[in-house]
Amino acid sequence: MSPSGTKAVSTILDRVIASERTVSVFVVLLGFLCGTVLILAVGRNPLHMYEALIQTLTGFDLTRGTWNSRYIGEWLTASLPLILCGMSMGFAARTGLFNIGAEGQYIVGLTVAQFVALFGPRVPGLHWMLAVVAGGLAGAGWGGIVGWLKARFAVSEVVATIMLNYVAFFLSRYFTRLIPDANTYRTPAFPETATLSNRLLEDLTNGSRLNTGLFVALLACLAYWFIIERTRLGFSLRATGLNKEAARYGGIKVTKAIVVSMSIAGAFAGLAGVVVALGSFSYGRVLGGYDNYGFNGIAVALVGNSSAGGTLISGLLFGMLASAQPLMQSRQIPKEVTWIISGLVVVFISLRSGFRMLLEWRAKRAAARGERLVEGDGSE
Amino acid sequence: MAGYAIEMLDITKVFPGVVANDDVTLRVAENEIHAILGENGAGKSTLMSILFGLYSPDKGRIRIHGSDAAIKDPNDATELGIGMVHQHFKLVHNYSVTENIILGLEPRSRFGTVDLGGAERRVAELSRQYGLAVEPKAKIESITVGMQQRVEILKILYRNADILIFDEPTAVLTPQEVDELISIMRRLKAEGKTIILITHKLREIKEVAERCTVLRRGHCIGTVDVATTSEDELARMMVGREVKFRIEKHAPKPGPVILQIESLTVKNSKGYPAVQNLSLEVRSGEIVGVAGVDGNGQTELIQAITGLGDCESGRILFKGRDITLASIRERIRMGMGHIPEDRHKHGLVLDFRLDENLVLKTFDAPPFSDSLGMMDFAAIASHGERLISQYDIRAGQGSATTARSMSGGNQQKAIIAREIDLSPDLLVVAQPTRGLDVGAIEYIHKRIVDERDKGRAVLLISFELDEVMDLCDRIAAISKGEIVGIVDAEGADERAIGAMMAGIAKPEARP
Amino acid sequence: MNSLLNMTPSVLMMVAPILIAAMGGLVSERSGVVNIALEGLMGIGAFAAATCHVLLESATPLSVWIALAVALLAGALISLIHAYASITLNADQVISGTGINLLATGGTVFLCQIIFHQERTEPYRLGMLPGAGGVYPTAYIALAVMILTWYVLYKRPFGLRLRACGEHPAAAASAGIDVRKIRYIAVMVSGALAGLAGGCLVLTQTIQYTMYTINGAGFIALAAVSFGRWLPKGVAGASLLFGAAVALAIYMVNIQALRSLPPEFFSVLPYIITIVTLVIFSGRDYAPRAAGQPFEKGGS
Repeated sequence: MSPSGTKAVSTILDRVIASERTVSVFVVLLGFLCGTVLILAVGRNPLHMYEALIQTLTGFDLTRGTWNSRYIGEWLTASLPLILCGMSMGFAARTGLFNIGAEGQYIVGLTVAQFVALFGPRVPGLHWMLAVVAGGLAGAGWGGIVGWLKARFAVSEVVATIMLNYVAFFLSRYFTRLIPDANTYRTPAFPETATLSNRLLEDLTNGSRLNTGLFVALLACLAYWFIIERTRLGFSLRATGLNKEAARYGGIKVTKAIVVSMSIAGAFAGLAGVVVALGSFSYGRVLGGYDNYGFNGIAVALVGNSSAGGTLISGLLFGMLASAQPLMQSRQIPKEVTWIISGLVVVFISLRSGFRMLLEWRAKRAAARGERLVEGDGSE
Repeated sequence: MAGYAIEMLDITKVFPGVVANDDVTLRVAENEIHAILGENGAGKSTLMSILFGLYSPDKGRIRIHGSDAAIKDPNDATELGIGMVHQHFKLVHNYSVTENIILGLEPRSRFGTVDLGGAERRVAELSRQYGLAVEPKAKIESITVGMQQRVEILKILYRNADILIFDEPTAVLTPQEVDELISIMRRLKAEGKTIILITHKLREIKEVAERCTVLRRGHCIGTVDVATTSEDELARMMVGREVKFRIEKHAPKPGPVILQIESLTVKNSKGYPAVQNLSLEVRSGEIVGVAGVDGNGQTELIQAITGLGDCESGRILFKGRDITLASIRERIRMGMGHIPEDRHKHGLVLDFRLDENLVLKTFDAPPFSDSLGMMDFAAIASHGERLISQYDIRAGQGSATTARSMSGGNQQKAIIAREIDLSPDLLVVAQPTRGLDVGAIEYIHKRIVDERDKGRAVLLISFELDEVMDLCDRIAAISKGEIVGIVDAEGADERAIGAMMAGIAKPEARP
Repeated sequence: MNSLLNMTPSVLMMVAPILIAAMGGLVSERSGVVNIALEGLMGIGAFAAATCHVLLESATPLSVWIALAVALLAGALISLIHAYASITLNADQVISGTGINLLATGGTVFLCQIIFHQERTEPYRLGMLPGAGGVYPTAYIALAVMILTWYVLYKRPFGLRLRACGEHPAAAASAGIDVRKIRYIAVMVSGALAGLAGGCLVLTQTIQYTMYTINGAGFIALAAVSFGRWLPKGVAGASLLFGAAVALAIYMVNIQALRSLPPEFFSVLPYIITIVTLVIFSGRDYAPRAAGQPFEKGGS
């Protein structure tokens, strides 16, 4: 490429990387582009993928010209656990921790919620709220273990969370099967008072599974923003995440911050488990596999750049990808293409942080030389 | 033109936003010891990095032994016989002396494996030839800094270098080790080598160099004959104006003991006692300096005093109270300030705003946050504005400036502002002027003396003996974790302090 | 006692893939690049091997070996992405590795859909056959890999340089060593070994590839690297321990006394043991000093 050509590309790249939001948008578009190319490469029609996506978002079926708000409801329902798991990873990331244990924290929250649903007091309102709180606390505990391991023993949270994901899965299966009258894949049905189903929302969306979990997620979003941006806990967590040593120097108790952060992160994922268990199902499940919200939450958080609003939008985006899967499959598009797009997005986003580091390092070096040559105390 | 070993002609090198070298010309004669003098940021390191192949110049050319040369990477430089002894040693800590020397140029056995035995013999031979005593099998992490430097020298002699560049070699040496290094340089010259010495220490230039090229702000000011140029003249060329080397200060008025350290022992990260049975006291209204070469326990001592690290045994009393086990926050609340050695690692959260950094120690109490835990960002911003104007901190966007985008000198000013504004009874200051130019150094020294005059206790830890002797009222010399002696600054003898830093105590000076 | 001895071939069968992948992780981390993507790369290797074998098994008796070779190449190829991201573009190595894990899961099942029209590969009739004493050839492959790794890392000039890149890349660079090139090679070797490990796993332990085939073995291999303190002998010992735990989980049902415990207890065992060992042997002083940090050229 000619010198002016490379210069133009690097200027464009500099502008793109400069704003976090543009980078996210750019990366997502790039992921979709690759997905489209992949579908073409295997001889299918990418237009079908986009048709499926549009139908998910708006309810419009372009091929038949019909409209059904149920798709919008399903989209939102699918987005809820993704938003919450995204916040789980994002919250920890603000503290400098890499929480890929949202899957395990989700499972723990889900399992505990199922127990509370079946054995808790059947008082309308109180029952499901109790389940929500219990699920959140369970997730917090599961996350807190990792935080404690990291703070006390310097065990890498990357490996510990992954191990605990598997442990959670097996523990969940074991305990759920202990429930009387449970078989190898389900428990008896939940009492009405325990579910999160919401008549109003169901009617609005023509019988979808949209439920009270919507409000849980929105409240969680608000709490996320508030804690991080407005409280002194958030200040100490952000400081710890950006420079652990300086935070310690300033008197912040870093070990406590790590445990608190992982606990809160775990709580978000636990809430995701509750929302799915009691919102989308009317009976408890003996998990046969991973729901994968925790893992996909990683992509959500990265695209949303660990901010409250960003994670919300990003969760909606990935929710759209997920709930479009059956629509895609029925149009001969293998549904795994959405996972591939997610994976590509994560890889591309990792490049962004690399670019940023590169740019920052160059800027720092330039500033260092600049100040040494240019700075005086004014007496020059 | 008589034989020049090196000619760097009209070299220009530009980095984003700054001209590191502007039309610089350097001529080094064969077999001479040539010094390159300049402050931090003058461009000396850049110039030598170009010579060593780490950078390419934007303009200009290089001639080695009279022929044009293109040096694209360190391998080219090595082929031309140029070797560099770096300021920050490039040694692999868990490799042996020999492994470090042969890295990249390993002798092979018949099967292609590394011939370590043969390498060790060659290393022993070289060290005999040049009088550089090393142990070929010793691991780098367990030998002295002086020996590590000799390993660096052997690295380049092993590659048949005949032009040796020394980048700030004495920063990490005691005065006695500096003498040893100077005699090594003379020995190398006797063996026919050409030596370039990069430094900002005038005294060393006067002692060993023949000619000196002075750089200032990227420009070459001139090349002088060292024997006929005074230190003052060199200083004036380096800085561009008259430099006051001695700070003017009144006599100290020491009050009660603020900090008392009793028989302190601190283990370092490897489990060895870095501080051994150390006792020291600091009174209000005086500046006590701890002089020593890096690596003698200063870091661990500071960590124990400020709470960043634990101690093994002993006591620390602050204003009469035992704080040995107190948390960092408690020490801050009690009135201990700390200007850390590494401002990027400990002093600032670079991605935070300036005002957030300025409340790093006080954010969790009124007026910056209330009893419910909510932060008051307006109060934080106005606090930031006040400190910016009071301490003349240059910040492009005021309180909202990101710390990362500020210059090193202003970052340091911000840290000092934060600490001093809290009116600490004890100020622990570590390496406050590292990497800063003369103007910033003068400002910081003045502020430290101001604090002392206000009646505060100041503990200064610095590796620059000049700084310690200039600023302090009493000087404690530390070696291998022990205080070897304490003297009054008034009338102190640099050689004697240097001896103490190396562990040799004056009989009557033991505390 | 007899039943424990009888278990040895099964234990070795479990240990082999973990050890091979762990050696790959060791090489990569010693050069300074953290490779979290071992799990995904093993999955890619397993998929490649299963697909190759099921397609070729009726055509040639060598199909198992061809499958392993293909798995090795597939792993090396995909690891190039991680290498490019981490080394040339200085990306965050943990994020890039995680991305590859996600990609691997999606990509392999996607390809299964395209090739086999289901979410798994077509089962083959016979996987790899055990040799003398019931010990699979993979055990010998693992042994060879371990010895080769040790030899190259500690006896060859390349190994001396590679280890320097992981401890002090600036020192290596100033000695004229091309740090990037060595790191690229190291990452590709780790990808190749992970791919090989995945192939070994699927061909000895099951009849087809599904998205649950690897089930954490890659992360266990990663844990073995740190438990083994980044030394070949230590990592081999750690792999032995972890592999034994996995084997125990499956074969415990044969031991009378423990039959009453629920199956999940044994499934959980290897993961709990991993965490416990990480706790007991926590100490990051053993890690290569420069691991995980991007390397910038230039400047002293």
